[in-house]
Amino acid sequence: MTQKIAVQVDDLTVAYNYKPVLWDIDLEIPEGVLMAIVGPNGAGKSTLIKSILGILNPIAGSVSIYGKSYEKQRSLVAYVPQKGSVDWDFPTTALDVVMMGTYGSLGWIKRPGQKEKKAALEALEKVGMLSFKSRQISQLSGGQQQRIFLARALVQNASIYFMDEPFQGVDATTEIAIINILKELRKAGKTVVVVHHDLQTVPEYFDWVTFLNVKKIATGPVKDIFNDDNLTKTYGINYKVSIQE
Amino acid sequence: MDITEYIQLVFTDYTLRTITLGTAVLGAVTGMLGSFAVLRKQSLLGDAISHAALPGIAIAFLITGAKDSNVLLLGALVSGLIGTFWIRGIIKKTHLKSDTALGLILSLFFGFGMLLLTFIQKQPNANQAGLDKYLFGQAATLVESDVLLMTIVTSVCLFVLLLFWKEFKILLFDADYTQTLGFNTKFIDILITSFIVLAIVLGLQTVGVVLMSAMLLAPAAAARQWTNSLSMMVFLAALFGAFSGVVGTAISASQNNLSTGPVIVIVAGVFVLFSFVFSPSRGLLFKQIRFIKNRRDLELHKTLAFMFHIAETHDDVSHPHTIKILNNFQGYTKSTLQKLVDKKYVTLDGSNWSLTSEGFKTASNLYNQQMQNNE
Repeated sequence: MTQKIAVQVDDLTVAYNYKPVLWDIDLEIPEGVLMAIVGPNGAGKSTLIKSILGILNPIAGSVSIYGKSYEKQRSLVAYVPQKGSVDWDFPTTALDVVMMGTYGSLGWIKRPGQKEKKAALEALEKVGMLSFKSRQISQLSGGQQQRIFLARALVQNASIYFMDEPFQGVDATTEIAIINILKELRKAGKTVVVVHHDLQTVPEYFDWVTFLNVKKIATGPVKDIFNDDNLTKTYGINYKVSIQE
Repeated sequence: MDITEYIQLVFTDYTLRTITLGTAVLGAVTGMLGSFAVLRKQSLLGDAISHAALPGIAIAFLITGAKDSNVLLLGALVSGLIGTFWIRGIIKKTHLKSDTALGLILSLFFGFGMLLLTFIQKQPNANQAGLDKYLFGQAATLVESDVLLMTIVTSVCLFVLLLFWKEFKILLFDADYTQTLGFNTKFIDILITSFIVLAIVLGLQTVGVVLMSAMLLAPAAAARQWTNSLSMMVFLAALFGAFSGVVGTAISASQNNLSTGPVIVIVAGVFVLFSFVFSPSRGLLFKQIRFIKNRRDLELHKTLAFMFHIAETHDDVSHPHTIKILNNFQGYTKSTLQKLVDKKYVTLDGSNWSLTSEGFKTASNLYNQQMQNNE
């Protein structure tokens, strides 16, 4: 089976000050996978996503999306930042935040209209938040806020989704709701890349995995490479997980 | 002087009219832009910018030797912008936190400005008197051309605000995400910051270096209390700002020797205080009232639930029980019992109580209601 490569990263090196956060990363993400990026705190997981998305400037290396530079392929990519990265007391409603997902395709100055509103409402319905559309965002629970962020990315109708810890601080119901949406995206042929912390759920949720700790340890199908050897290499301790077949 | 007389005077007296109009326009534009500063958590930036403008005023005077307000404000603008970009540079290039960078630039520039002012005062040039007015501002020096300039800047600012509303809003909420959508966040950022600097510089003549940041923050902080919509917040902040200007001018004009700038700032402060206490959704007063009411409801519900568990054990839900049992329940008081009677959940008969069928139904639904409230 030959799969198209959705995201290709070559020789990527990123440093905040002197110490590199990512060192010489080569990574190929095939189209249509649901991939987890795992690694300890400070391993550079969020940094990797942010560098691919051009939010951070790498010291060296290049990124291509379907063979072209990210700047040219922006419309194919959607981003779900960490929930804690914004101030939820901002004076706006759930619907308004989801509408922001349409701003990219609108471009400068043009305002969202009925078409954009309809798309936003549909996305809210997909994440089960339609009845909260007029709610001030500070009055949403952590799980609901995460769903709003997911809906904002869904509105972009992208081919590749990058998500930074979408399961952080959400309850079991929301976690299931979110993973079902991610699986649906994969079924529709989209590529989904998720920074993930809970190693126990990796085999259940994902079909592709990348181990990262400043350097790339391994990347590939979960069933082939999600093993004690790679976990130990990544986390530096003797890690044992039992994978049920 | 009564109010009607004063209002008449505002329309007929040239000086009063100019000052009233000037402070109103100034209040509107600073309130509008202040909303953005507050939401970006850059409240102190205004303070740093206004202090950083002082050396610019002094240098502009030293170069031209004249006290033309437009030239001095141009100097203020330049040094205010330099200060702002140094602050950003310090935050970006060093490990210093933003409050440290702000404090550093504020005191450095202000110190340098004061140094230049004292140097100028020792000069033989007779023109130098009154330059220190920029420290606390003097609204009385406003002339028609100043007000015209303020109005033009405010109009341009409003136009740009409406034009880039969508971009401003998304940048304020989530800058990283904005960048991934393909917007040049640096451009939007510089646009907002430049207008904030411009508004501050315009206010220096009226309110002065020291108090200027209050004009930026107070109306915005007050407005945030009343609304959960960004556009409404910006509108209210502009309104509060303009109102502070008009009322402040009126108070200072009707009293002798009251400096206008500080009075305007105090009026704006009263707005903030009032909003913090009396806003229906975020105000302290209604928050406290809601808190107490919720506690009382919960106490009542707990008592009802306790009675429900006793009544449940009997076939007849209205089977009478002695009031003494309730003494075992922590939180039971005579007044809660009376309240339950008032609500017709319970009937009393001598020393016995019994649940009504309505009381039974309500109690059995309590748990479900609690779940719905949490939704």
